[in-house]
Amino acid sequence: MSVAEASTWRPHRRFSTRFYRSELRLMSLRRRNIAGVAALAALPIVIAIVMFATKPGPGEGPPLFAGMLDNGLIAALAGLGIELALFLPIAVSVIAGDTIAGEANIGTLRYLLTTPVGRVRLLAVKFASLVTWIFAVVAIVGFTGGLTGVILFGTGDMATLSGTTIPFGEAFLRVLEAAVYMALCLVAVGAIGMFVSTLTEQPIGGAVAMMMFVIISQILGAITQLDWLHPYLISHYWTSYIDLLRDPAAWDQVGMGLLSALLWTALGLSAAWARLTTKDITS
Amino acid sequence: MTKATSVAAAREPGSRAVRTRGLSKSYGKGVLAVDGLDLDVPYGAVFGFLGPNGCGKTTTIRMLLGLIAATDGTAEVLGEPVPERSAVALPRVGALVEGPAFHPYLSGADNLRRLDAVDRTTDPATAEERVSAALDRVGLVAAARKRYRQYSLGMKQRLAIAGALLRPRELLILDEPTNGLDPQGTREVRSLIAQLAADGVTVMLSTHLLSEVEQVCSHVAVMHKGKLITQSSLADLRASAVPGVRVETASPEAAAEVLREEGLADVAVAPGAATALLGGAEPEKLVDALVRAGVPVRGFAVVRPDLEDLFVSLTGEGFDVSG
Repeated sequence: MSVAEASTWRPHRRFSTRFYRSELRLMSLRRRNIAGVAALAALPIVIAIVMFATKPGPGEGPPLFAGMLDNGLIAALAGLGIELALFLPIAVSVIAGDTIAGEANIGTLRYLLTTPVGRVRLLAVKFASLVTWIFAVVAIVGFTGGLTGVILFGTGDMATLSGTTIPFGEAFLRVLEAAVYMALCLVAVGAIGMFVSTLTEQPIGGAVAMMMFVIISQILGAITQLDWLHPYLISHYWTSYIDLLRDPAAWDQVGMGLLSALLWTALGLSAAWARLTTKDITS
Repeated sequence: MTKATSVAAAREPGSRAVRTRGLSKSYGKGVLAVDGLDLDVPYGAVFGFLGPNGCGKTTTIRMLLGLIAATDGTAEVLGEPVPERSAVALPRVGALVEGPAFHPYLSGADNLRRLDAVDRTTDPATAEERVSAALDRVGLVAAARKRYRQYSLGMKQRLAIAGALLRPRELLILDEPTNGLDPQGTREVRSLIAQLAADGVTVMLSTHLLSEVEQVCSHVAVMHKGKLITQSSLADLRASAVPGVRVETASPEAAAEVLREEGLADVAVAPGAATALLGGAEPEKLVDALVRAGVPVRGFAVVRPDLEDLFVSLTGEGFDVSG
């Protein structure tokens, strides 16, 4: 390096996925996260076994599941659907609460920023790894449920909510669509959780605040007198994935759900950006 | 490190590794943590940034590193205005701010790998090499695979210094780098700083230990209650210190009388001794005068105040935490 060049030193910034990969590694190596994912993945197996054990004979039992139990993929959907009510939002809240507050709590945030990592880049990488984690967990839960279901119930035609049946291939596609839809709903929880994480240095505090937010949203959603408020709640459209099991699939509520998830995600990310880029880092 | 040296040599005279003008930070209304700081750290200096805990040193460092926003004033690091151009300045700055901080469940080496991974301006191909070199430089090779949570305070501190040395730097900003180290570790860190300085790296060393400044620094700035009290080269500061005389005698009153007659200022009497400021007087003549006046002189010394005395005279108080 010549003297003339040296006096006008400019960093050569590479495009690199190293930070993103480092984040994924940190998340996946952490024992707490491994235990959490294992518990989430075990639940659909239990649900599938219970469904199998209590399988009604022909003509008995609730009409929803009875006709569906020839196709094991229903176990994947049942597992995801039950976890979407509480367990998955809790897991996402914990991981999202950790994004910024976790680094602030142990002091590594100041060393990331002085490396330097730009604050916008920090948020972008944290969010990208959070989204990756959400899709991975939904895939794992769906996979263990689906696999157990297929072993127990086989790969017959799936009965739709409209009373018709669809072949295994199409059923698989429907379940995949429903899983992606649920993951996108959870991304909205993650984005808001990441904003909450920029407000505190206590990752668990951020996670608890986010869980409260989700639970309150669900409580308000159950109060019929507040139906004018319901479309604005983060959890309102979560159960709309069930429309994908009609024949043909009904997309209007799912479309509204995707729009809702998109708006909540945009709100969370903008608020996180506004907060983190102007914050004094004193941790 | 030749890179850093050539860069330093290329600077125009008068340019500074760190320069602040009127830099201020207030938390809430009226409370100034840092008050109109005009700091000048010359290239190549080992700059002792001295002051009691709570005087605003760390707040200043955080502003230089773009962690917190200044309320007023400007700052330049390596000739680049910060925080506007931190992205250009900071890759050349190694920093240790308010103690080490790493992921507890990762090993020391993995923590350094992570720090390197988030830096877009380093070459991933040389990462392993640089991580081992940095660990070697601070004597942590043996503990490289150990989890960070199992490290002693001294090892943590060393790992933080290794993090600052992951790549060649032109400026190191080290906040209390010997905190928590045993005497051996302290000596090693000080000799490491001396080596780096010899390689042409500018070092800004924040400390509350006067002995550390005396041993390793070429320049010193003293901060007190958010204000800069003095900054100069250590040699100039010492030269500005007013020497005194001390006469050990069985008759201190008589000795004091003679010193007054010779026109010395600040004459004081202590049990078994009399002291005064030397001023322009010649020590030889003073001894002569004392003996001729019949003062039984047991000892006579010209005393240069040490840094601690200077500090007390500058701040008007001892070296305690300032509120």
